[in-house]
Amino acid sequence: MNGKLYLSRSPRIAARKLGDEMLVMSGQGSTLFTLNPTATILWQAADGATSLDEIVDRRICSEFEVGREEALRDAEVLAEDLARHGILLVSREPIARQDAPAQEQEQQ
Amino acid sequence: MSALAAQVERSSLVIAIGGMPVRVHTEDSSFLEMLQSRYSGFLDSEQEAEYDFDVDIVAPGFGDPEADVRVRQHSGRWLLQRGDFRAEWEPASRTGRIWQSANPYSIDAVLRIVHTLVLAKQGGFLLHAASAIRNGKAFLFAGVSGAGKTTISRLAPPDATLLTDEISYVRKVGDGYVAFGTPFTGELAKLGENASAAVEALYLLAQGPENRVEPLTAGEAGRELLANVLFFAEDQEFVHTAFQSACDFVHRVPVRRLTFVPDTRVWEMIG
Repeated sequence: MNGKLYLSRSPRIAARKLGDEMLVMSGQGSTLFTLNPTATILWQAADGATSLDEIVDRRICSEFEVGREEALRDAEVLAEDLARHGILLVSREPIARQDAPAQEQEQQ
Repeated sequence: MSALAAQVERSSLVIAIGGMPVRVHTEDSSFLEMLQSRYSGFLDSEQEAEYDFDVDIVAPGFGDPEADVRVRQHSGRWLLQRGDFRAEWEPASRTGRIWQSANPYSIDAVLRIVHTLVLAKQGGFLLHAASAIRNGKAFLFAGVSGAGKTTISRLAPPDATLLTDEISYVRKVGDGYVAFGTPFTGELAKLGENASAAVEALYLLAQGPENRVEPLTAGEAGRELLANVLFFAEDQEFVHTAFQSACDFVHRVPVRRLTFVPDTRVWEMIG
């Protein structure tokens, strides 16, 4: 995929980190998802202004032992998958986050 | 009492579940008698009703009997619909109307939905769970159909007060939670006691070769609790509120897995 991607949290999603797990629930259909560690990073970093390659550089490559190209490719696929489930909004332009949910609380 | 007042008195009753009194008005005296029998133990004519519902009895078969429940909000009014009933409820005016045939199941479903919506605003929820009070503390036993809610209820010792074998009523009070008895029955077909106590623990039920209690991670607890919370409404605000309420509950109340052999010894681990 060419060009930058920007991610924003869908305002239709409620999210909460419980222990090590990020739970998100769709406001329509009340479908519950548990995000894996990489998806959790994307969710937490999805502020609409930071590009996906910046997220990969700062958060994914530093956390996982993976090359940048492979990490970016996997992150794009994951972001599109999260978008298909209505969890993230994905755009080639920065996304204004008028109605996006506030960063979730963390609970141990 | 005037004749008119006496007539009004006879045509309504107050069903108080979870400390929330709902007055039901109907002109059908046999339906009223059925409700009196169905909700005995949960009737309280002394309380001022928080919500008033008029019930219009209509002929059976007015809707698709196979239709699933739909709960939507439109212009401040909740619209509730299933194959066997249609209802409207306006929280601001505290009034609603139900159209159904003369059966106890339709109004029971409407009451469950209305309580679910009200509880969500207050940080509580209805849960697919049996519950009981023992030694002054309430214990919840959640699980899908077949997990053992009826079995653990049937095995409850004489000193336990059964609140429900099917749908538990959980209200947030201060920093904790209180479980109330409900008339919402499962296979036992026995009304719960109209009693309440602070929730001590939630057990997620599984049947197995031995009795044991295991801790769960917060994530596991949250996922399993959410799988058992009643979500009726196709409404984003409601779903978000109920989701956060369930997560708050996991943060404040111990949630454990209870694997049990179906005999009375399991209750030695409870209380």
